[in-house]
Amino acid sequence: MAHDLYRRTPPGQHPPNRFDGYKSTASRSPTRPAVVLPQTLSEITGPLRRDERLGAQENDLTRQRMGEPLGERIVVHGRVVDEAGRPVPNALVEIWQCNAAGRYHHPGDQHDAPLDPNFYGGGRARADDNGAYRFVTIKPGAYPWGNHKNAWRPAHIHFSLFGPAFATRLITQMYFPNDPLLAYDPIYNSVPERARHRLQAAFDMDGTQPEWALAYEFDIVLRGRNATPMENGHG
Amino acid sequence: MADGLTPSQTIGPFYWGSLVSGYRADLAPAGVAGERIELALTLYDADGAVVPDGLIEIWQANSHGRYNHPEDRRNLPLDTGFEGFGRASADTSGTARFATVRPGRVPWPEGGLQAPHINISIFARGVLNRLATRLYFEGDPALATDPVLKLVDPARRSTLLATCDAAGVWCLPIHLGGDRETVFFDC
Repeated sequence: MAHDLYRRTPPGQHPPNRFDGYKSTASRSPTRPAVVLPQTLSEITGPLRRDERLGAQENDLTRQRMGEPLGERIVVHGRVVDEAGRPVPNALVEIWQCNAAGRYHHPGDQHDAPLDPNFYGGGRARADDNGAYRFVTIKPGAYPWGNHKNAWRPAHIHFSLFGPAFATRLITQMYFPNDPLLAYDPIYNSVPERARHRLQAAFDMDGTQPEWALAYEFDIVLRGRNATPMENGHG
Repeated sequence: MADGLTPSQTIGPFYWGSLVSGYRADLAPAGVAGERIELALTLYDADGAVVPDGLIEIWQANSHGRYNHPEDRRNLPLDTGFEGFGRASADTSGTARFATVRPGRVPWPEGGLQAPHINISIFARGVLNRLATRLYFEGDPALATDPVLKLVDPARRSTLLATCDAAGVWCLPIHLGGDRETVFFDC
């Protein structure tokens, strides 16, 4: 559509709504095609959460309770950018995850693994002017789920981003590099093969803090703007 | 790594409590202009069962039809304390509730105005991509000329119309699949 501010996403980037290996999608996926909507003010605006004041410890999940949580302390950092590589400045980044034993601090999680009173598993960070964000947390554990026989979720951290508009809203999951469980996970594998690797963080030796924590880098790419007539040379 | 869009994944069943508790389902504090309304959005799966673990977000213009966002450069009033964003999780009956003001009309790119509407995002276990839809108000005279509704099969338009119940609450069932599947938008 000629007037769309944000680029239309070509096929092959996101999972299908229905993915047979992930059983819950069967009854929760629309079967009719989505109606293509020209981007109006309703779609090119969206919550920026600029007035949201974050607490000092919100991006350090190891310091939100009385003591230190059990597990392997890690730094997770990266940049929020658009498809052209431009930073999404001041983006609000929300994460949540299970503890090192593979258990969520959530009443619905009944997995037979210990809760950690020092780990609730939720955090928020505000990206800086260059889109850079940073969390300190512990490495989440793998856990079983009932999707199929002997199903285990690979270790992952959930990420939620608004971006600049309603059209750019994204919820995703970050995985750890070379996790052997990735090959068996239908949620990860619901993503078209050539795009899957974008969900894996990179081990970041340079970001590691000696004597303290390993580091992983996870860049998040949100929908970008269409070139303006000026930029593409036709203006 | 950054060689394309970051793919979408499900929110899962165990999204962090503060993902909800840190946000408001009551969007309009005292002093915000406009008609006060309550919304009850209920999620159903393709088999008609309620979806008790979903998360719903709403985004809307204020009563003057102005979005609180830099892309909306029109000379219309902004209301202090009204961002236009709300987030609530569904309860055991599949319902997420919001209190807000009835939005004003916003323009259509080719001219004219859209009918008052609220933009909706739906996330849930088993939902791999954010589902986007809209809520319109049944009986609104502007519905007849709304350019978005014109894009929708007339037989399915009613899936976007909230109805006002006896208690004055605007209710919208949202069906993720099945015979009454809601119209979702690709924006």
